[in-house]
Amino acid sequence: MAAKISYTDVEVGTELPARSFPVTRATLVRYAGASGDFNPIHWNEKFATEVGLPNVIAHGMFTMAEAIRVVTDWVGDPAAVVEYGVRFTKPVVVPNDDEGALIEVSAKIGAVLDDNKVRVDLTAMSAGQKVLGMSRAVVRLA
Amino acid sequence: MALDQSFVGRAYPPTAPYEVGREKIREFAEAVGDTNPAYTDPEAAKALGHPDVIAPPTFVFSITFKAAGQVVEDPQLGLDYSRVVHGDQKFAYNRPVRAGDRLSVTSTIEAVKSMAGNDILDIRGDVHDESGEHVVTAWTKLVARAAQEA
Repeated sequence: MAAKISYTDVEVGTELPARSFPVTRATLVRYAGASGDFNPIHWNEKFATEVGLPNVIAHGMFTMAEAIRVVTDWVGDPAAVVEYGVRFTKPVVVPNDDEGALIEVSAKIGAVLDDNKVRVDLTAMSAGQKVLGMSRAVVRLA
Repeated sequence: MALDQSFVGRAYPPTAPYEVGREKIREFAEAVGDTNPAYTDPEAAKALGHPDVIAPPTFVFSITFKAAGQVVEDPQLGLDYSRVVHGDQKFAYNRPVRAGDRLSVTSTIEAVKSMAGNDILDIRGDVHDESGEHVVTAWTKLVARAAQEA
């Protein structure tokens, strides 16, 4: 494990570089194939609306995968992530157009722990709504 | 109908090993748009101290969720999967998943609750490699929304 961020360089409130991740229908089809999650709510508008959703929605695990990139890009070695958890609070609704949706992720140090570890608190928004809650990663720094 | 509380603590047999391939990791990393070379370039992964390319943190969910199918589809438990949504997800890593791993999952029901007509199921998946080393544990909360009264 080779984190490029030093434990002594961060404090509670230190912000990580924020990122925005676009997601279109094509993104979801590709993620369905790679992850093996072919639930039609992620690609079939007719099915999604029939079960009461506003439209096709992104896989929650896709959003979770995007959000942690803010941490792994910052720390360099993805193996520095020792814990990662989220609550799926609102769906990311993905319209059938060229733009799709945007997942906006920001993150800051929520707590400094022992053993060179910190807790990073993540915020993920889409269309003005918080799509992940209790989104936290514990990361071991250099 | 509320789920049977006596299922709390029930553990299911370990799954047959899932062999993690370099190209499967690459496919997943590309699907989430993540260009970190540790996922695709064995030399870059070695420079970070890993024996081979590693998988992105959420990659293992595909394996643990498939294993959780034993629980979800257990006819004795009687979960209505058509009403299930993913509530929470958490991972605790002992080491990253990497190419060449042969991973087996043991699923355990940690909690069964009913709240406002919703059935809530907490499943823990303990992932071990072929040598028996613990790699990662995944906790998945599934919520079966209350059925509409006819």
